[in-house]
Amino acid sequence: MDLFKLIGQLGSGMVISVEIFVLTLLFSLPLGLVISFGRMSKNTLLRSITKVYISLMRGTPLMLQLMVVYFGPYYLFGIKISASYRFTAVIVGFALNYAAYFAEIYRSGIQSMPVGQYEAAKVLGYSRMQTFFKIILPQVVKRILPPVTNEVITLVKDTSLAFVIAVSEMFTTAKAVAAAQTTMVPFIVAAVFYYIFNFAVAAFMEYLEKKLEYYK
Amino acid sequence: MNLLEINHMKKGFDGLEVLQDISLTVQEGEVVSVIGPSGSGKSTLLRCATMLEKMEDGDLTYLGEKAAWSDGAGSCIYAPKSDLKRIQRHFGLVFQNFNLFPHYSVWKNIIDAPIHVGKVSKEEAQERAAKLLLQLGLEDKKDAYPCQLSGGQQQRVSIARALALQPKILFFDEPTSALDPELTGEVLKVIRQLAQEKMTMIIVTHEMQFARELSDRIIFMEQGRIQQQGTPDEIFASGNGRVREFIGKY
Repeated sequence: MDLFKLIGQLGSGMVISVEIFVLTLLFSLPLGLVISFGRMSKNTLLRSITKVYISLMRGTPLMLQLMVVYFGPYYLFGIKISASYRFTAVIVGFALNYAAYFAEIYRSGIQSMPVGQYEAAKVLGYSRMQTFFKIILPQVVKRILPPVTNEVITLVKDTSLAFVIAVSEMFTTAKAVAAAQTTMVPFIVAAVFYYIFNFAVAAFMEYLEKKLEYYK
Repeated sequence: MNLLEINHMKKGFDGLEVLQDISLTVQEGEVVSVIGPSGSGKSTLLRCATMLEKMEDGDLTYLGEKAAWSDGAGSCIYAPKSDLKRIQRHFGLVFQNFNLFPHYSVWKNIIDAPIHVGKVSKEEAQERAAKLLLQLGLEDKKDAYPCQLSGGQQQRVSIARALALQPKILFFDEPTSALDPELTGEVLKVIRQLAQEKMTMIIVTHEMQFARELSDRIIFMEQGRIQQQGTPDEIFASGNGRVREFIGKY
């Protein structure tokens, strides 16, 4: 069997996997920050809601959440679902799920900041917004890079879960080809793809960590 | 003119009265040292005066502007936020453990607040910073990051950072307690220099000889009260047994 042909077949799946990965990060990283604010809010109701949200997102399988996001509109509200909604559903499901994890990572980082940084900023007259975005967040980013790297690497592998609502990302295609041609080669190609992808992710995150090593 | 006026300041934590009825005025150019045993309320006094902590009752006035006042019924009303922001510009605070921003260079630590908070032009802020670095003997540390500096250097940078906003009054919360004796010396030298320039300062300290030599007035606190205040000579020759006992330990 021609390996190049196989890679060509898997190619469009790879593009979709990368799209899921990029779009999920694009939405879940900022959303996670907003959720972490809710989680740390002085407002009890807001705090409780975000706590339950995070608990549900972390406590149930992502695969199941994807199905809820995809089929939910029809079963709950009778809205007819189009095929093009599939990809949207995947991104919504992934973003909601990963935002919960990122929220907790942000929270751990923010709460680990020494109170002296806030006090120094306050006495110098920085507003709350300035204090957060200029003083706190940059230091938080440095602190949370290792756990964020973990999540991002998991995300690369999790993109394969999109098969559950028939979005043909790379692994879905690999399975189909493997079944049709009764061969293991597509799985090996898939493994190499995920590994190289994650190798690049890890290298990039290491580069970021190095870049932030100029201060302690 | 009175730069700072505190009247009947009260503050407690969980039922424990940390400050009981503190009154204090500080005039322009005065150097006031606050001494006393740990837990006497010195730091709380400073934190309430700099509004890091809210007092429960009393008046707090800077340059005649009321930051907070007693409602006469055992509570305290703070001025609106916009007023507090303006009043806050009158003072600076130097912390025991510096609290420099570690991700900013020395230079940025000093110029950032004047530019983004004080609405000072970039050129003006840089001019101030350059002057301060020279004055505090840090001109070669401009591009260093706080983690590359000794404790004494970090504390001098934090003094420069506070001075860059040109406050009328500067508070020090045990500025040398985190430093070894050698580094303590270089920070005290800077404070001495400021005193000669007639900077108004309130210094919480355990450096008795330093307080004696530098202060116009020394305040001895214990159990949330000002037990005695006076010139260094008065305090060091105090007839108050407790004051004598405390000073004698140093």
